[in-house]
Amino acid sequence: MPESTEVKRPVITPLRVVIALCLIAPFVAMLWVSSYAKTDPALGGIPFFYWYQMLWVLISTALTMIAYKLWQHDQRSRTTAPSTSDSSKGGASK
Amino acid sequence: MKDGVNGVALGVFIFFFLAVTVIGFMAARWRKAENEASLDEWGLGGRSFGTWVTWFLLGGDLYTAYTFVAVPAAIYAAGAAGFFAVPYTILVYPLIFTFLPRLWSVSHKHGYVTTSDFVRGRFGSKGLSLAVAITGILATMPYIALQLVGIQAVLDVMGVGGESGNWFVKDLPLLIAFAVLAAYTYSSGLRAPALIAFVKDGLIYLVIAVAIIYIPIKLGGFDAIFSAAQHKFATPNPKTGQPTGAIAPGHAGQWTYATLALGSALALFMYPHSITATLSSRSRNVIRRNTTILPLYSLMLGLLALLGFMAIAAGVKVSNGQLAIPQLFEDMFPDWFAGVAFAAIGIGALVPAAIMSIAAANLFTRNIYKDFIKPDASPAQEAKVSKLVSLVVKVGALVFVLTMDKTVAINFQLLGGIWILQTFPALVGGLFTRWFHRWALLAGWAVGMVYGTLAAYGVASPTQKHFGGSSKEIPGIGEIGYIGLTAFVMNVVVTVVLTFVLRAVKAPDGIDETSPADYTADAGDPGVAVELPPATAGSAH
Repeated sequence: MPESTEVKRPVITPLRVVIALCLIAPFVAMLWVSSYAKTDPALGGIPFFYWYQMLWVLISTALTMIAYKLWQHDQRSRTTAPSTSDSSKGGASK
Repeated sequence: MKDGVNGVALGVFIFFFLAVTVIGFMAARWRKAENEASLDEWGLGGRSFGTWVTWFLLGGDLYTAYTFVAVPAAIYAAGAAGFFAVPYTILVYPLIFTFLPRLWSVSHKHGYVTTSDFVRGRFGSKGLSLAVAITGILATMPYIALQLVGIQAVLDVMGVGGESGNWFVKDLPLLIAFAVLAAYTYSSGLRAPALIAFVKDGLIYLVIAVAIIYIPIKLGGFDAIFSAAQHKFATPNPKTGQPTGAIAPGHAGQWTYATLALGSALALFMYPHSITATLSSRSRNVIRRNTTILPLYSLMLGLLALLGFMAIAAGVKVSNGQLAIPQLFEDMFPDWFAGVAFAAIGIGALVPAAIMSIAAANLFTRNIYKDFIKPDASPAQEAKVSKLVSLVVKVGALVFVLTMDKTVAINFQLLGGIWILQTFPALVGGLFTRWFHRWALLAGWAVGMVYGTLAAYGVASPTQKHFGGSSKEIPGIGEIGYIGLTAFVMNVVVTVVLTFVLRAVKAPDGIDETSPADYTADAGDPGVAVELPPATAGSAH
């Protein structure tokens, strides 16, 4: 978090943009069905369509985990830094 | 189907069933609070569950026996189209991450037990809250009935009941299973499914792990499995002349695939039973942490879906698609392990059935009984009513399954998914903004419900005249998409437009009893613990 003390912190920060991207990415990947509606290349006999989506279970888990860690970081930096608590608390919600 | 009763498998099944019954009754004494006669205790397990208990409870709750039977059955029947369950469960977790912690906080602060409680508090509208409650109950009932269908499928394959001519002999095993379930839910509340979920998920993971390694080896590897499936799907259906399925969705199926995945993901956490399991967790972070470990279930679901292809390759021939997977287990596994697999499915039905009946009972008690019948009900009275209603709900589901055709339960479950999605704007919208007007929300809800119901009624399939499926042409786009999502979009449009209108004519707003800070409060924050009902505060270990 950048400079903080007296200024009211912005609701949108670079860190939060990254969190949002982590959470949005699975939607883009999974709803874009034509990007993966094919059988080749197969992996161990399993067509692309199936292993690709199962791979995304792992990718989206990793992204959610990153979002969680970043969120904790964001919250900590907001509660520890001195600020007028009311405004930051209201904005801290997502 | 082998002739007669599979004795070994049945023995193993009964063993696990008895073990689970004992656990269910003992659960009443687990983490017992000083004052158990309240809805917080019976219906939310004292709001005390940590990360792991919540993980098992939610997993046991969302991935039901019906899921285990129906997802591979859909793959068995049509191939790729059935796999939408995987992207669906992928999309659920970023959604939960975003909105459920807020619901948890505001519910903890104000003692809300159901989503309708929140909607009433936020918008000050008993009508809107009633609409949400009724939708929840209507959507949950057929879901409970389907859990019974899951148990029936397993019993059928084991040779118990099923074809016997006498209805009483035929349905006796199901009646016994249900009586036991009802008894321990009544006495132990949410603690019973929470404990049993450990057994259920342990068994399921074991069975999937074994199945996904053992069966492909027996069938000659995944190459052989998929080429057998390819061959089957390429053979045209004698009735329609179309191929019966596909390994990867063709262009026409892609809209359906994406809208089903998105619509189902949005709907899942509107279901009362998902919310009940979420609100029983101890803190905000328990929920967020769970979104990072719950996807393990999605992975399992993906593997499980592949069993549908294995059933094709193994030459399983069943008239009722729901029996494909139990039949595959019986054909492939030694008898004793088939028993373990059947027990996993059977117990997999009990956990969600228990939670769903508790959730529906909570809705009735809080948002119909207390709001409209007896406003001064004490916590002890609320708990008592809820316990009784949980029995009524289960008996209702049982009668449903025994007296009506299975397809009726499936049709209603399909409708339930469409209906429950219509509560999304009021609930999730309400968590982030108060801009929506309560009357606009109610009108949007009504439009979504009516359109969804009529559209689903109009879908024909080769076997059914009505409710033949959940997809239909999207008006204005021309592609085939999930009806629930189309209805949801209409719902949102109506809500937004009417809100502008109502704001312009200055229609009176309801009173909002929540404040912005309530949505981020966490356990231990000043003010949160103090304002909880005494029973809950005392039990927070």
